[in-house]
Amino acid sequence: MQTGYLIAVDEFCANHNIEISFISSLQQTGLIEITTIKETGFIDASQLQQLEKFIRLYYELDINLEGIETIIHLLKRITSLQNEIIVLKNRLRLYETNE
Amino acid sequence: MTFVDYYEILGIDKSATPKDIKNAYRKLARKYHPDLNPNDQDAKKNFQQINEANEVLSDPEKRAKYDQYGKDWQHADQEQSSNSHGARYSETSFEGNFSDFFESLFGGSAGAGRSRQVKYRGEDYNAELHLDLIDAYKTHKQTLTVNGNNIRITIPAGIDNGQTIKISGHGGPGIDGGPNGDLYITFSIANHPQIKRLGNNLFTTVDLDLYTAVLGGEIIMDTLNGKVKLKVKAETQNGSKIKLIGKGFPVYKNEGHFGDLYVTYNIKIPINLTGKQKVLFTELSKS
Repeated sequence: MQTGYLIAVDEFCANHNIEISFISSLQQTGLIEITTIKETGFIDASQLQQLEKFIRLYYELDINLEGIETIIHLLKRITSLQNEIIVLKNRLRLYETNE
Repeated sequence: MTFVDYYEILGIDKSATPKDIKNAYRKLARKYHPDLNPNDQDAKKNFQQINEANEVLSDPEKRAKYDQYGKDWQHADQEQSSNSHGARYSETSFEGNFSDFFESLFGGSAGAGRSRQVKYRGEDYNAELHLDLIDAYKTHKQTLTVNGNNIRITIPAGIDNGQTIKISGHGGPGIDGGPNGDLYITFSIANHPQIKRLGNNLFTTVDLDLYTAVLGGEIIMDTLNGKVKLKVKAETQNGSKIKLIGKGFPVYKNEGHFGDLYVTYNIKIPINLTGKQKVLFTELSKS
Protein backbone atom coordinates (compact mmCIF):
# COMPACT_ATOMS: atom_id res chain seq x y z
CA MET A 1 0.00 0.00 0.00
CA GLN A 2 1.33 3.41 -0.94
CA THR A 3 1.20 5.83 1.94
CA GLY A 4 -0.05 9.30 1.34
CA TYR A 5 -3.05 11.31 2.32
CA LEU A 6 -4.97 9.87 5.27
CA ILE A 7 -8.71 10.17 5.81
CA ALA A 8 -10.29 9.63 9.20
CA VAL A 9 -12.58 6.60 9.21
CA ASP A 10 -15.40 8.36 11.07
CA GLU A 11 -15.25 11.30 8.68
CA PHE A 12 -15.34 8.96 5.70
CA CYS A 13 -18.31 7.08 7.15
CA ALA A 14 -20.20 10.28 7.90
CA ASN A 15 -19.59 11.50 4.37
CA HIS A 16 -20.71 8.27 2.77
CA ASN A 17 -23.49 7.67 5.25
CA ILE A 18 -22.27 4.21 6.16
CA GLU A 19 -21.67 2.41 9.45
CA ILE A 20 -18.19 2.33 10.95
CA SER A 21 -18.78 -1.37 11.63
CA PHE A 22 -18.76 -1.98 7.87
CA ILE A 23 -15.26 -0.51 7.60
CA SER A 24 -14.16 -2.58 10.60
CA SER A 25 -15.49 -5.72 8.94
CA LEU A 26 -13.57 -4.91 5.77
CA GLN A 27 -10.44 -4.49 7.84
CA GLN A 28 -11.01 -7.77 9.67
CA THR A 29 -11.34 -9.64 6.39
CA GLY A 30 -8.15 -8.00 5.15
CA LEU A 31 -9.86 -6.17 2.32
CA ILE A 32 -8.60 -2.79 3.52
CA GLU A 33 -5.92 -1.54 5.88
CA ILE A 34 -6.59 0.99 8.60
CA THR A 35 -3.82 3.06 10.14
CA THR A 36 -4.38 3.99 13.78
CA ILE A 37 -2.88 7.21 15.03
CA LYS A 38 -3.65 8.29 18.58
CA GLU A 39 -6.60 5.91 18.74
CA THR A 40 -8.15 7.32 15.57
CA GLY A 41 -8.49 5.09 12.53
CA PHE A 42 -7.41 6.42 9.16
CA ILE A 43 -7.75 5.14 5.62
CA ASP A 44 -5.02 5.84 3.12
CA ALA A 45 -6.32 7.76 0.09
CA SER A 46 -4.84 5.11 -2.20
CA GLN A 47 -7.50 2.70 -0.92
CA LEU A 48 -10.45 5.02 -1.59
CA GLN A 49 -11.25 3.73 -5.04
CA GLN A 50 -11.33 0.14 -3.84
CA LEU A 51 -13.28 1.08 -0.72
CA GLU A 52 -15.95 2.87 -2.72
CA LYS A 53 -16.24 -0.24 -4.85
CA PHE A 54 -16.86 -2.32 -1.70
CA ILE A 55 -19.52 0.16 -0.61
CA ARG A 56 -21.31 -0.12 -3.94
CA LEU A 57 -21.18 -3.90 -3.89
CA TYR A 58 -22.42 -4.08 -0.31
CA TYR A 59 -25.07 -1.38 -0.23
CA GLU A 60 -26.29 -1.29 -3.80
CA LEU A 61 -26.02 -4.89 -4.87
CA ASP A 62 -26.65 -6.45 -1.47
CA ILE A 63 -23.52 -8.57 -1.67
CA ASN A 64 -22.25 -9.68 1.71
CA LEU A 65 -18.63 -9.57 2.81
CA GLU A 66 -17.95 -13.19 1.87
CA GLY A 67 -19.34 -12.44 -1.59
CA ILE A 68 -17.17 -9.34 -1.88
CA GLU A 69 -14.08 -11.32 -0.90
CA THR A 70 -14.87 -13.92 -3.54
CA ILE A 71 -15.53 -11.28 -6.18
CA ILE A 72 -12.27 -9.47 -5.45
CA HIS A 73 -10.37 -12.74 -5.63
CA LEU A 74 -11.98 -13.63 -8.96
CA LEU A 75 -11.43 -10.14 -10.38
CA LYS A 76 -7.74 -10.44 -9.50
CA ARG A 77 -7.65 -13.76 -11.31
CA ILE A 78 -9.37 -12.22 -14.33
CA THR A 79 -6.81 -9.41 -14.38
CA SER A 80 -3.98 -11.89 -14.11
CA LEU A 81 -5.41 -14.02 -16.91
CA GLN A 82 -5.98 -10.95 -19.09
CA ASN A 83 -2.32 -10.00 -18.59
CA GLU A 84 -1.30 -13.52 -19.50
CA ILE A 85 -3.39 -13.31 -22.68
CA ILE A 86 -1.60 -10.09 -23.63
CA VAL A 87 1.80 -11.74 -23.11
CA LEU A 88 0.75 -14.78 -25.15
CA LYS A 89 -0.70 -12.63 -27.93
CA ASN A 90 2.55 -10.69 -28.10
CA ARG A 91 4.47 -13.95 -28.30
CA LEU A 92 2.14 -15.17 -31.04
CA ARG A 93 2.95 -12.07 -33.07
CA LEU A 94 6.49 -13.43 -33.47
CA TYR A 95 5.11 -16.17 -35.64
CA GLU A 96 2.59 -14.13 -37.56
CA THR A 97 3.46 -13.12 -41.10
CA ASN A 98 2.83 -9.55 -42.13
CA GLU A 99 0.11 -9.06 -44.67
CA MET B 1 -34.97 9.17 -30.22
CA THR B 2 -36.68 5.85 -29.70
CA PHE B 3 -39.08 4.64 -27.08
CA VAL B 4 -37.37 2.68 -24.33
CA ASP B 5 -39.34 -0.17 -22.80
CA TYR B 6 -38.15 -0.16 -19.20
CA TYR B 7 -40.28 -3.19 -18.32
CA GLU B 8 -38.64 -5.19 -21.07
CA ILE B 9 -35.17 -4.08 -19.96
CA LEU B 10 -35.82 -5.38 -16.47
CA GLY B 11 -37.59 -8.46 -17.81
CA ILE B 12 -40.82 -7.80 -15.93
CA ASP B 13 -44.40 -7.07 -16.93
CA LYS B 14 -46.45 -3.99 -16.29
CA SER B 15 -48.13 -5.48 -13.26
CA ALA B 16 -44.79 -5.95 -11.46
CA THR B 17 -44.80 -5.00 -7.80
CA PRO B 18 -42.09 -2.76 -6.30
CA LYS B 19 -40.55 -5.91 -4.85
CA ASP B 20 -40.49 -7.56 -8.29
CA ILE B 21 -38.82 -4.47 -9.71
CA LYS B 22 -36.24 -4.40 -6.94
CA ASN B 23 -35.47 -8.09 -7.37
CA ALA B 24 -35.21 -7.80 -11.15
CA TYR B 25 -32.94 -4.78 -10.85
CA ARG B 26 -30.69 -6.43 -8.27
CA LYS B 27 -30.37 -9.56 -10.35
CA LEU B 28 -29.40 -7.67 -13.49
CA ALA B 29 -27.22 -5.15 -11.63
CA ARG B 30 -25.19 -7.99 -10.18
CA LYS B 31 -24.72 -9.30 -13.68
CA TYR B 32 -23.77 -6.06 -15.40
CA HIS B 33 -22.41 -3.76 -12.69
CA PRO B 34 -19.18 -2.13 -13.95
CA ASP B 35 -17.41 -3.05 -10.71
CA LEU B 36 -17.96 -6.68 -11.63
CA ASN B 37 -17.18 -6.23 -15.32
CA PRO B 38 -14.14 -3.97 -15.54
CA ASN B 39 -13.34 -2.62 -19.01
CA ASP B 40 -16.44 -4.24 -20.48
CA GLN B 41 -18.21 -1.59 -22.53
CA ASP B 42 -21.21 -3.83 -23.30
CA ALA B 43 -21.79 -4.52 -19.61
CA LYS B 44 -21.50 -0.83 -18.86
CA LYS B 45 -24.09 0.01 -21.50
CA ASN B 46 -26.43 -2.67 -20.17
CA PHE B 47 -25.95 -1.43 -16.63
CA GLN B 48 -26.82 2.11 -17.66
CA GLN B 49 -30.01 0.83 -19.26
CA ILE B 50 -31.14 -1.20 -16.26
CA ASN B 51 -30.15 1.63 -13.95
CA GLU B 52 -32.31 4.01 -15.94
CA ALA B 53 -35.19 1.53 -15.98
CA ASN B 54 -34.92 1.11 -12.22
CA GLU B 55 -34.70 4.86 -11.73
CA VAL B 56 -38.10 5.24 -13.37
CA LEU B 57 -39.95 2.12 -12.30
CA SER B 58 -38.88 2.17 -8.65
CA ASP B 59 -40.23 5.68 -8.21
CA PRO B 60 -44.07 5.55 -8.08
CA GLU B 61 -44.44 9.07 -9.45
CA LYS B 62 -42.08 8.51 -12.36
CA ARG B 63 -43.53 5.09 -13.03
CA ALA B 64 -47.04 6.54 -13.21
CA LYS B 65 -45.87 9.21 -15.62
CA TYR B 66 -44.02 6.65 -17.71
CA ASP B 67 -47.07 4.37 -17.78
CA GLN B 68 -49.28 7.30 -18.71
CA TYR B 69 -47.15 8.79 -21.48
CA GLY B 70 -44.96 5.84 -22.43
CA LYS B 71 -44.66 5.77 -26.19
CA ASP B 72 -46.16 9.25 -26.41
CA TRP B 73 -43.33 10.72 -24.41
CA GLN B 74 -43.28 13.82 -26.63
CA HIS B 75 -46.53 15.01 -25.04
CA ALA B 76 -44.97 14.86 -21.63
CA ASP B 77 -42.55 17.65 -22.51
CA GLN B 78 -45.06 20.45 -22.17
CA GLU B 79 -46.39 19.28 -18.85
CA GLN B 80 -42.88 18.72 -17.62
CA SER B 81 -41.53 22.12 -18.53
CA SER B 82 -42.95 23.83 -15.47
CA ASN B 83 -41.70 21.19 -13.04
CA SER B 84 -38.60 22.03 -11.06
CA HIS B 85 -36.12 19.31 -10.21
CA GLY B 86 -34.11 18.61 -7.11
CA ALA B 87 -30.37 18.95 -6.92
CA ARG B 88 -28.44 16.79 -9.29
CA TYR B 89 -27.35 13.67 -7.55
CA SER B 90 -26.10 10.32 -8.53
CA GLU B 91 -25.42 7.49 -6.14
CA THR B 92 -22.73 5.72 -8.05
CA SER B 93 -20.01 6.90 -10.30
CA PHE B 94 -21.58 4.91 -13.10
CA GLU B 95 -24.84 6.75 -13.28
CA GLY B 96 -25.53 9.62 -15.62
CA ASN B 97 -25.62 8.94 -19.36
CA PHE B 98 -29.37 8.49 -19.34
CA SER B 99 -31.06 7.94 -22.67
CA ASP B 100 -32.55 10.77 -24.71
CA PHE B 101 -35.91 9.20 -24.00
CA PHE B 102 -35.38 9.50 -20.25
CA GLU B 103 -34.19 13.08 -20.55
CA SER B 104 -37.25 14.02 -22.61
CA LEU B 105 -39.62 12.49 -20.13
CA PHE B 106 -37.95 13.39 -16.86
CA GLY B 107 -35.61 16.22 -17.69
CA GLY B 108 -32.33 14.33 -17.59
CA SER B 109 -30.57 12.83 -14.66
CA ALA B 110 -31.64 15.85 -12.63
CA GLY B 111 -34.69 13.83 -11.77
CA ALA B 112 -32.63 10.95 -10.52
CA GLY B 113 -32.72 11.87 -6.88
CA ARG B 114 -31.82 9.35 -4.22
CA SER B 115 -31.58 9.24 -0.52
CA ARG B 116 -27.83 9.46 0.12
CA GLN B 117 -26.03 12.72 -0.64
CA VAL B 118 -22.41 11.69 -0.95
CA LYS B 119 -19.31 12.59 -2.89
CA TYR B 120 -18.08 10.06 -5.40
CA ARG B 121 -15.11 10.06 -7.66
CA GLY B 122 -15.88 10.35 -11.32
CA GLU B 123 -16.05 7.53 -13.81
CA ASP B 124 -12.81 6.04 -15.11
CA TYR B 125 -12.35 6.37 -18.85
CA ASN B 126 -10.67 3.79 -21.05
CA ALA B 127 -9.06 4.58 -24.37
CA GLU B 128 -6.89 2.79 -26.88
CA LEU B 129 -3.90 4.42 -28.53
CA HIS B 130 -2.37 2.98 -31.70
CA LEU B 131 1.36 3.31 -32.25
CA ASP B 132 3.82 1.69 -34.58
CA LEU B 133 7.01 0.03 -33.37
CA ILE B 134 9.14 3.07 -34.28
CA ASP B 135 6.87 5.37 -32.20
CA ALA B 136 7.14 3.04 -29.24
CA TYR B 137 10.94 2.94 -29.56
CA LYS B 138 11.40 6.55 -28.48
CA THR B 139 9.99 8.59 -25.61
CA HIS B 140 7.64 11.07 -27.20
CA LYS B 141 4.70 13.32 -26.45
CA GLN B 142 1.21 13.02 -27.84
CA THR B 143 -1.84 15.17 -27.49
CA LEU B 144 -5.11 13.35 -26.91
CA THR B 145 -8.60 14.77 -26.91
CA VAL B 146 -10.74 13.38 -24.11
CA ASN B 147 -14.26 14.73 -23.77
CA GLY B 148 -13.30 17.89 -25.60
CA ASN B 149 -10.20 18.53 -23.48
CA ASN B 150 -6.70 18.24 -24.89
CA ILE B 151 -4.29 16.26 -22.76
CA ARG B 152 -0.60 16.19 -23.56
CA ILE B 153 1.00 13.01 -22.38
CA THR B 154 4.51 11.65 -22.48
CA ILE B 155 4.78 8.09 -23.71
CA PRO B 156 7.95 6.50 -22.35
CA ALA B 157 10.11 4.48 -24.74
CA GLY B 158 9.59 0.75 -24.45
CA ILE B 159 5.82 0.75 -23.94
CA ASP B 160 4.49 -2.71 -24.78
CA ASN B 161 1.59 -3.84 -26.91
CA GLY B 162 -1.45 -4.27 -24.64
CA GLN B 163 0.12 -2.27 -21.80
CA THR B 164 -2.18 0.15 -19.97
CA ILE B 165 -1.11 3.37 -18.30
CA LYS B 166 -3.15 5.51 -15.93
CA ILE B 167 -3.49 9.27 -16.28
CA SER B 168 -4.81 10.36 -12.92
CA GLY B 169 -7.66 12.84 -12.74
CA HIS B 170 -8.46 12.84 -16.46
CA GLY B 171 -11.52 10.59 -16.24
CA GLY B 172 -15.10 11.70 -15.67
CA PRO B 173 -15.82 14.60 -13.35
CA GLY B 174 -16.43 13.84 -9.68
CA ILE B 175 -19.98 13.77 -8.39
CA ASP B 176 -21.07 16.32 -5.81
CA GLY B 177 -17.53 17.53 -5.28
CA GLY B 178 -15.82 14.14 -5.46
CA PRO B 179 -12.48 13.76 -7.26
CA ASN B 180 -12.29 13.16 -10.99
CA GLY B 181 -11.91 9.64 -12.27
CA ASP B 182 -8.81 8.42 -14.07
CA LEU B 183 -8.03 7.87 -17.71
CA TYR B 184 -6.64 4.47 -18.67
CA ILE B 185 -4.86 4.25 -21.99
CA THR B 186 -4.14 0.86 -23.51
CA PHE B 187 -1.52 0.78 -26.24
CA SER B 188 -1.92 -1.15 -29.43
CA ILE B 189 1.41 -1.41 -31.23
CA ALA B 190 1.33 -2.50 -34.83
CA ASN B 191 3.66 -5.17 -36.14
CA HIS B 192 6.73 -3.96 -38.01
CA PRO B 193 7.20 -5.46 -41.47
CA GLN B 194 10.75 -6.66 -40.78
CA ILE B 195 11.22 -6.61 -37.05
CA LYS B 196 9.33 -8.61 -34.43
CA ARG B 197 9.32 -7.78 -30.77
CA LEU B 198 8.99 -9.92 -27.68
CA GLY B 199 9.36 -7.95 -24.48
CA ASN B 200 12.57 -5.97 -24.87
CA ASN B 201 14.11 -8.27 -27.44
CA LEU B 202 13.84 -7.79 -31.18
CA PHE B 203 13.98 -10.45 -33.86
CA THR B 204 14.78 -9.98 -37.50
CA THR B 205 15.99 -11.89 -40.53
CA VAL B 206 18.69 -10.71 -42.93
CA ASP B 207 19.54 -12.07 -46.33
CA LEU B 208 23.10 -13.25 -46.84
CA ASP B 209 24.62 -14.09 -50.18
CA LEU B 210 26.10 -17.55 -50.54
CA TYR B 211 29.66 -16.37 -51.01
CA THR B 212 29.71 -14.28 -47.82
CA ALA B 213 28.10 -17.17 -45.96
CA VAL B 214 30.75 -19.58 -47.18
CA LEU B 215 33.81 -17.36 -47.04
CA GLY B 216 32.81 -14.92 -44.30
CA GLY B 217 32.79 -11.13 -44.57
CA GLU B 218 30.93 -8.04 -43.45
CA ILE B 219 27.44 -6.80 -44.07
CA ILE B 220 25.57 -3.63 -43.10
CA MET B 221 22.08 -4.03 -41.67
CA ASP B 222 19.34 -1.63 -40.54
CA THR B 223 18.15 -1.60 -36.93
CA LEU B 224 15.62 0.66 -35.23
CA ASN B 225 18.61 2.67 -34.01
CA GLY B 226 20.46 3.09 -37.30
CA LYS B 227 22.76 0.89 -39.33
CA VAL B 228 25.15 -1.64 -37.82
CA LYS B 229 28.07 -3.52 -39.37
CA LEU B 230 28.04 -7.28 -38.85
CA LYS B 231 31.02 -9.57 -39.18
CA VAL B 232 29.86 -12.80 -40.75
CA LYS B 233 31.84 -15.90 -39.87
CA ALA B 234 32.97 -18.18 -42.64
CA GLU B 235 30.78 -21.26 -43.15
CA THR B 236 27.70 -19.60 -41.70
CA GLN B 237 24.72 -21.94 -41.96
CA ASN B 238 21.28 -20.99 -43.24
CA GLY B 239 18.93 -20.18 -40.35
CA SER B 240 21.74 -19.62 -37.87
CA LYS B 241 21.21 -16.85 -35.34
CA ILE B 242 23.39 -14.24 -33.76
CA LYS B 243 22.62 -11.98 -30.82
CA LEU B 244 23.47 -8.29 -30.80
CA ILE B 245 23.54 -7.35 -27.15
CA GLY B 246 21.92 -4.02 -26.31
CA LYS B 247 20.57 -3.48 -29.82
CA GLY B 248 17.00 -4.44 -28.93
CA PHE B 249 14.09 -2.42 -27.60
CA PRO B 250 14.44 0.17 -24.82
CA VAL B 251 13.48 -1.12 -21.38
CA TYR B 252 10.33 0.70 -20.22
CA LYS B 253 11.12 3.49 -17.76
CA ASN B 254 14.73 2.34 -17.51
CA GLU B 255 16.62 4.85 -19.60
CA GLY B 256 19.81 3.68 -21.24
CA HIS B 257 18.91 0.00 -20.96
CA PHE B 258 18.01 -2.04 -24.01
CA GLY B 259 17.10 -5.60 -24.82
CA ASP B 260 18.93 -7.63 -27.46
CA LEU B 261 18.51 -8.00 -31.19
CA TYR B 262 18.44 -11.53 -32.60
CA VAL B 263 19.37 -11.82 -36.25
CA THR B 264 18.60 -14.92 -38.29
CA TYR B 265 20.57 -15.41 -41.49
CA ASN B 266 18.68 -16.33 -44.62
CA ILE B 267 21.21 -17.50 -47.16
CA LYS B 268 20.27 -16.72 -50.74
CA ILE B 269 21.30 -19.30 -53.30
CA PRO B 270 22.45 -17.65 -56.54
CA ILE B 271 20.17 -18.05 -59.54
CA ASN B 272 20.64 -17.63 -63.30
CA LEU B 273 24.14 -19.09 -63.12
CA THR B 274 26.41 -18.55 -66.10
CA GLY B 275 28.05 -21.50 -67.81
CA LYS B 276 31.35 -20.68 -66.14
CA GLN B 277 29.73 -20.53 -62.71
CA LYS B 278 28.11 -23.89 -63.27
CA VAL B 279 31.47 -25.37 -64.18
CA LEU B 280 33.03 -23.91 -61.05
CA PHE B 281 30.24 -25.23 -58.83
CA THR B 282 30.59 -28.64 -60.47
CA GLU B 283 34.30 -28.61 -59.73
CA LEU B 284 33.55 -27.61 -56.16
CA SER B 285 31.08 -30.44 -55.78
CA LYS B 286 33.74 -32.94 -56.80
CA SER B 287 36.40 -31.60 -54.50
